[in-house]
Amino acid sequence: MFDFLDSGQYDVLGAFWVTVQLTLYSAVGSLIWGTVLAGMRVSPVPLLRGFGTAYVNLVRNTPLTLLIIGCSLGLSQTLGINLGGETFKETGFRLAVLGLVAYTGTFVCEALRSGINTVPVGQAEAARALGLSFFQVLTLIVLPQAFRAVVAPLANVLIALTKNTTVAATIGVAEAALLMKEMLENEAQAVFAVFAVFALGFVLLTLPTGLLLGWVAKRVAVKR
Amino acid sequence: MSSVLYDTPGPKAKVRNWIYSGIFVVLFGLVLWWALSLMGEKGQLDADKWTPFVTDGQIWTTYLIPGLMETLKAGALAMVIALPLGAALGIGRLSDHAGVRAAVGAWVEFFRAIPVLMLMLFSNALYAPQLMDVPSDTRPFWAVVTGLVLYNSAVIAEIVRAGVLSLPKGQAEAAKAIGLRKGQTMTHVLLPQAVTAMLPALVSQLVVILKDTALGGALLGFAELLSMNRQIAANYSNTIATMFVIALIYIVVNFALTTLASWLEKRLRASKKSTGAVLGAEEVDDPVPGANTAAGA
Repeated sequence: MFDFLDSGQYDVLGAFWVTVQLTLYSAVGSLIWGTVLAGMRVSPVPLLRGFGTAYVNLVRNTPLTLLIIGCSLGLSQTLGINLGGETFKETGFRLAVLGLVAYTGTFVCEALRSGINTVPVGQAEAARALGLSFFQVLTLIVLPQAFRAVVAPLANVLIALTKNTTVAATIGVAEAALLMKEMLENEAQAVFAVFAVFALGFVLLTLPTGLLLGWVAKRVAVKR
Repeated sequence: MSSVLYDTPGPKAKVRNWIYSGIFVVLFGLVLWWALSLMGEKGQLDADKWTPFVTDGQIWTTYLIPGLMETLKAGALAMVIALPLGAALGIGRLSDHAGVRAAVGAWVEFFRAIPVLMLMLFSNALYAPQLMDVPSDTRPFWAVVTGLVLYNSAVIAEIVRAGVLSLPKGQAEAAKAIGLRKGQTMTHVLLPQAVTAMLPALVSQLVVILKDTALGGALLGFAELLSMNRQIAANYSNTIATMFVIALIYIVVNFALTTLASWLEKRLRASKKSTGAVLGAEEVDDPVPGANTAAGA
């Protein structure tokens, strides 16, 4: 039943490796971009706050599929921006990461913002009384505590991101979902077996992430 | 305007804020100018790429509106099926019988862990001529709906469970005290309150579902809103303009739903009739489509 795995025709592990790479690059990118966005949304400058709010609301309500296809059709094919990618494979991968970061950053931002709200007002007041500037209050006092408070929500964002990397299949990035599509077409008699293989792959990717980060969240949470 | 992080700005801080604003405007302007000039170079700013959306009604009647209708139809149908299914699963997870709890729990956790796109691809293969032979013109539609139902019923099950658990313990105890049976307690006392509590979360789940329908257009040939970009761009060769307009339609529809959800949430939190338990949009763990969660698609 699972003999299609032995035929050597399909590189299942290779496809999942691309999924993992997409996840890791996008996770790092979204963490940075999401933190910047959160900083903007809580900053004293009204214009920055406005930009942050507008960006989050616009991007969150746009399908990720549209963002990724937009990167491919709009940025790459129409405007010729290939993000330095030489081959079709490289370009697709980078465009997918760009789309995922643009999208996931908004969820990181919202998670962080709710974390910032868990920091008691007195802490920021005390920091200001010591003469720290907004930037210092944010980076030295508030964000470190906020990050520890939002490990669990960020873990959910990361798991969602892992699943969302499958959308990269829409622009031909050779990750798990694209291989699954190909295999379902070629191995029509083994539909359930193919699905089982890929389902298992994703359970193996997301389950440990959830458990591990759930444990970390409990360890680092600030006891109040 | 003052907040946790900063005081109401004095004269010096106001000047500083103006300077930051100025720097931001210049940087943003540079990026915008660069993007626009690039688009201009490739002819994407020419009037004839954009005017069809205003002057040519056909673009709307032939492509955009039918596409939007398909999107809404698939989303609404998936929600209508996933809702009772999710409610049943959610209640199953709260069952007194360990066996039922474990089985339903495994089912829910499994379908929450699989990307919705894979569920759609699987359903599509399942409905193929060799296996179930769903007519090929409606197959993508049913594949998309099946994928969405499998995934979202699992998410809704978690919302329902959280909704029931968010009620004060005294509710169930009081029902037991006046002699209601388990089923009666659930249907007459707990569920009605839980449904109110989770209404905002359910409305925002609808946004996730609508966004996920776009996956069907990209990989299964489902004729929904996003897939129209190919046909419009083929006729008018205005890829970027089309993408903009389609994104705008999604944003307007989803923003309306998001606003409805937060309005409901505020109203429910303010009303004194309920127990005060409200599950906000933020409490749903799956922001994406597959954005599941915090980040669905």
